Amino acid sequence: MFDKGKMAQVSEGLEKFNEKTKSMLAKNPERLEKFVSGSGDEVKGLYTPADLEEFDYSDIGFPGEYPYTRGVQPNMYRGRLWTMRMYAGFATAEESNKRYKYLVEQGSSGLSVAFDLPTQIGYDSDHELSEGEVGKVGVAIDSLADMEILFDGIPLDKVSTSMTINAPASVLLAMYIAVAEKQGVSSDKLRGTIQNDILKEYIARGTYIFPTEPSMRLITDIFEYCSKDVPLWNTISISGYHIREAGSTAAQEVGFTIADGIAYVEAAIKAGLDVDTFAPRLSFFFNAHNDLLEEVAKYRAARTLWAKIMKERFGAKNPKSMALKFHTQTGGSTLTAQQPENNIVRVAIQTLAAVLGGTQSLHTNSKDEALALPTEDSVRVALRTQQIVAHESGVTNTVDPLAGSYFIEAKTKEIMDKAMEYITKVDDLGGAPKAIDQGYIQQEIMDAAYYYQKEVETGERIVVGMNKYQIEESAPKDLLRVDPIVGENAKKKLADLRANRDNAAVEEKLAALRTACEGSQNVMPVIIEAVKVYATLGEICGVMRDVFGEYQQSVNL
Amino acid sequence: MDRPIRVLVAKPGLDGHDRGAKVVARALRDAGMEVIYTGLRQTPDQIVNAAIQEDVDCVAISILSGAHNTLLPKVVKLLAEQDASDILVVGGGVIPDEDIPFLKENGIAEIFTPGTPTSVTIEFIKANVNR
Repeated sequence: MFDKGKMAQVSEGLEKFNEKTKSMLAKNPERLEKFVSGSGDEVKGLYTPADLEEFDYSDIGFPGEYPYTRGVQPNMYRGRLWTMRMYAGFATAEESNKRYKYLVEQGSSGLSVAFDLPTQIGYDSDHELSEGEVGKVGVAIDSLADMEILFDGIPLDKVSTSMTINAPASVLLAMYIAVAEKQGVSSDKLRGTIQNDILKEYIARGTYIFPTEPSMRLITDIFEYCSKDVPLWNTISISGYHIREAGSTAAQEVGFTIADGIAYVEAAIKAGLDVDTFAPRLSFFFNAHNDLLEEVAKYRAARTLWAKIMKERFGAKNPKSMALKFHTQTGGSTLTAQQPENNIVRVAIQTLAAVLGGTQSLHTNSKDEALALPTEDSVRVALRTQQIVAHESGVTNTVDPLAGSYFIEAKTKEIMDKAMEYITKVDDLGGAPKAIDQGYIQQEIMDAAYYYQKEVETGERIVVGMNKYQIEESAPKDLLRVDPIVGENAKKKLADLRANRDNAAVEEKLAALRTACEGSQNVMPVIIEAVKVYATLGEICGVMRDVFGEYQQSVNL
Repeated sequence: MDRPIRVLVAKPGLDGHDRGAKVVARALRDAGMEVIYTGLRQTPDQIVNAAIQEDVDCVAISILSGAHNTLLPKVVKLLAEQDASDILVVGGGVIPDEDIPFLKENGIAEIFTPGTPTSVTIEFIKANVNR
């Protein structure tokens, strides 16, 4: 970026500066011996052009252009703000439907469905393993009947809907398509995202069902089906969020997420799909932690790396295949149960990070989420935080405003290099599925998590209100609670459904599904047929469990 | 010399959040205890069977899914049915304060909520195991 003469001047000046400050620092030592980022990387006291000696503006280019370092749109938030998408769902379809309508009324611009654990793991509410879990961390969906209630009065041609569903993603997408059809909305008009990222379930999130191979097949079946029938749908949200929540560093979040992305692209190409038919619908999902500048650099690094990998490694030609679009959620693990109001401030910083990093959509956590699911009031504050950043902070007026900062550009490069080292290591182990089987990725994340915990416990890392500035507090009130009756009611509803539907049709469709699973035809059309006759999620996943078997977790500490 | 304290770190129910369980397991191990980790998705039956088979002094249950009031007392009850009430049961995770009295009445010796240093858990187990 700078010519050689100028650079020499800077280096000379820097030497003098360091010399001059040496004696000052000898007299007045700095607060810490070593300053580190949120991820534990050393940060110098000063960054100058000397840190960007090899930097050239063409490395980052213009926004909306390869390699998309500065953002995926030429004018970013001057055109359209990010989608304010609050993840919500609890108890019953009726309750969740009410919360969605409230959020839309308050200015939320997209829906994001949280399912309960039985739904995420493919069990009906009356399964013995569902005991105590029904409606707890999200809404319970057993059949199309619940899905019809969930989206009642919400026009599916107008909203975009994100569904955090992985192992049974095909089934919930099928239900969504079926509900839309009943509303008179054809599937080519549907906009939204299914998470559909099984690899990070094995790594960090835990709601897997089937072994790796059939899981990857289900995912590529979805890619193929949607490329023809649901062309505006984001078929996967390749997620670093949970990897980071499990304790990874920022560079690991980027490295392991992109390694997962590479595995999906390879699987789809192997299944005979052309990279440019499915890659434009791949999307990503990242975390936002408290170290503002490190996080901004992280998003920029991720975009740049993905663009290069898609172009150079996979030969993508469509620019949309190279542009990394991502959703962000603020970091749940950064929230404290102590003095929960402080979390509002943390979330505001994280929101700034995501926006300065160029996110396409954002969920902001509520202050009470280290304690329970959020109440309506605390969700409103979280949403307002996004609106304040959007309309009052001024950071949306210009594209990628931190570009060119000596520190930001140096940090972007540093994270890219570190992430690339992880990607290379995963490649050496035979790709993400094999690296997961060998426990490599889990081990790396666990080491980082344990290191962080020790830093917090020794007080090296300060968490305000938790290990410093504590106060005596009374137990927080007004937490959201899910009534245990929800589980009982869901069981009754299922019994009614099973008694009143056309059970012969259900048997027939489930048999067709079995045949499809055993063969190699795309499973999506038969799953759609099955949900339409009100086969339950548990019945459909039950057939797939039978044919595919179940994933066995490798446990290591 | 006494044998080291043996602890079963358990994840009941369908909850996949295991960062806390793994961090605590490592911390207990670094504190000199012998630690067995069950992995995810254990039923109360499976946890109790593992506890008895492994002859542990303590079962440490991690749960963040909200199903604690159902699953934790069940573990205590099943241990009693197996004449293993001498095994100390503790819990940790996202558990609202107002649920803690109920859990303690049902035989959970202590609940460690978010932000608890692992040293507190270690000291509690050392001081309260029956041996």
